[in-house]
Amino acid sequence: MTLNEVIEILDADVLVGQDQLEMEVKTAFGADLMSDVLAFAKSGSLLLTGLTNPQVIRTSDILDIAAIIMVRGKKPAPETIRLAEELRIPVLSTKYILFETAGRLYEKGIKGCVERVDNNFARS
Amino acid sequence: MHVHEKPTFESNYTVQGGNFDEAGKVASQIKVILKKLGLQTDVVRKAALVAYESEINIVSYARKGTISISVTPGQVKIETTDEGQGIPDINLAMQEGYSTATSKIREMGFGAGMGLCNIKKFSDHFQITSEIGKGTHLKMIINIENGV
Repeated sequence: MTLNEVIEILDADVLVGQDQLEMEVKTAFGADLMSDVLAFAKSGSLLLTGLTNPQVIRTSDILDIAAIIMVRGKKPAPETIRLAEELRIPVLSTKYILFETAGRLYEKGIKGCVERVDNNFARS
Repeated sequence: MHVHEKPTFESNYTVQGGNFDEAGKVASQIKVILKKLGLQTDVVRKAALVAYESEINIVSYARKGTISISVTPGQVKIETTDEGQGIPDINLAMQEGYSTATSKIREMGFGAGMGLCNIKKFSDHFQITSEIGKGTHLKMIINIENGV
């Protein structure tokens, strides 16, 4: 699925990355806790989050997250936008809540980075 | 271990405690360097992640600290030394979910008691020492298979 399709499904606004919307994504991870994102999210995935501070961008950069979707209509601070522009990480904003955002994407074929965590060390 | 091998890259970075706006900048720089050195994506990811969580810890809990990185053909070594309050009970600090984080740290999406656990999990070798009132020292090694 391309980011253009993601935007359509989520009725999302593009905050950063207008020139990168042809990018293909297959998986996603959703969390507001960056340590969980670091532990479980995979490179090339979408990050669904309600957090809007610059650490979301830093975390995404460290993991090579493909694009960030800010849920619940959240709009990030200017410094968050600036950092995303600098690091060239697309940021979208949708009014849907995290559960709806995940559900709508899943319905259209986006899968989770990991299905379940069977123990604290589970990551592949 | 390849401890006697000559480093192909070495560098030190200073991290200022309490500077939440800049937190993660050093880890980002380290990631760019490791990528340029041509290391495998898995090694880059683990090293950047470990550096990032360590940097967050310095910013969150110490007055200041340094992050040093040394790359040899066999491994990436990251060490952090901070000047801070130190950790009274390391076993407790290593427990997933245990945290002394302030609301400021939690607002950033950290402080859920996972940082040190993540660092340990993503390192092939992890060592932590701490002295009350002085600071904490972390040593993390990520092995590079097949060399650089």
